[in-house]
Amino acid sequence: MSNGLIGVAVIDILLFLFLVLTAIAITRLRNLFAVVMLAGVFSLLSAALFVTLDAMDVAFTEAAVGAGISTVLLLGTLALTVRDEKPVTHSAFLPLLICTIAGATLIYGTLDMPPFGAADNPVQTHVAPDYLERTPVEIGIPNTVAAVLASYRGFDTLGEVVVVFTAAIAVLLLLGGGGRSRRHDDVSDERKKD
Amino acid sequence: MEHHSILRVVSKLLIPPILLYALYVQFHGEYGPGGGFQAGVIFAVAFILYALVFGVEAMTDILPPRLLRFLAALGVLIFAGTGVVTMLLGDAYLGYNALAANPVHAQEWGIIVVEIGVGTTVAAVMMAIFVAFASHNPPIKDEDW
Repeated sequence: MSNGLIGVAVIDILLFLFLVLTAIAITRLRNLFAVVMLAGVFSLLSAALFVTLDAMDVAFTEAAVGAGISTVLLLGTLALTVRDEKPVTHSAFLPLLICTIAGATLIYGTLDMPPFGAADNPVQTHVAPDYLERTPVEIGIPNTVAAVLASYRGFDTLGEVVVVFTAAIAVLLLLGGGGRSRRHDDVSDERKKD
Repeated sequence: MEHHSILRVVSKLLIPPILLYALYVQFHGEYGPGGGFQAGVIFAVAFILYALVFGVEAMTDILPPRLLRFLAALGVLIFAGTGVVTMLLGDAYLGYNALAANPVHAQEWGIIVVEIGVGTTVAAVMMAIFVAFASHNPPIKDEDW
C-alpha cells in the first residue's frame, strides 16, 4: 500500500517537473512551431496527471482535444500567420512581479484547502455521493460521468454543444469556410481569360 | 506530400482503426471512459490525418464543407430536439423518463441519442474548422517549417 503511494508520488513529482520545464521552455522560445508542439506536450503531461488522479474521462478529453486537435488547429493558424514571435522590447520586470504575486496568492490560498483525498472533503460529501447512489438505480449505466453529463446535467452539455457550434460559426465567418476557395477559382479563371 | 511514401502507407494503416476506435468510444461511453465529445474529436482526427497526407481536396471530395456545416447543425438539432420530444411526451425538457415504458431504459436511450448528437456536432465542427484553415492558403512546403 505505502509502496504504491510512494510510486504515485514519484510519478506526480516527475510529471509536475516536466510540466514546469515545458512551461519555462514555452516562455523562452521564439519559434512558434516549437511553442505549439510544446503546448501539445504540456497537454499530454496534464492528461497523464489526470490519469494519476483517476479522472479518466477528463484525461481522455485533455489528450484528444488539448494534445491532439488543438495542436493541429494551432499549426493551421501558424500557416496563415508568421512562424516567429516578435522580439520583446519592454522590460520583463512588471509582468514577472504580477505573476509572482498572483502565484504566491494562489499558493497561500491552497494552505486553507482540506487534505487531498480526505473522506470528509466537501467534494466527497456534497452532490457526488448522491449521484453515485442514484445512477445505478435511476439510469442503470456503469459510467456515472456519462450519466451526470448527459442526463442529470443535460442542460449544461447542451450549452457546451452550442458553444462548440458557435465556435465553428465564428471561425467560418472569419475565414470563410468553403466560400473563399470558390472565389479563388473565380480569380484564377479571370486571370486565364486575361 | 506525394514523395512521403512511409507517411502515406502508415496513415492508410492507421485511419481505419482510428475510425473504429472513435465509434467504440462513442457507443461504449456508458460503460467506460469517453462519450460524444471525445469520440467526435477522434473521428475528426482520422479525416484530418487523411487531409494532411493526401491533401485537403481529397478530404473535401468525401466531406464537402456544405455537408460539414449541415452535420454540425444537425447534431445540435438532435440534442435540442430530444428535449422537445420528451416535452411532447409529457415530461420536462430533456427529461428522458418519457422515452420508454421503463424509466431506466428510457434514461439509457436518452443518453445514447444525446451523445450521438454531441459526437456529430463535435466531429463536424472540428473538421469544418480544419478545412477552413487548411483551404485558406496553399500548403506550406516542407522546408518552410
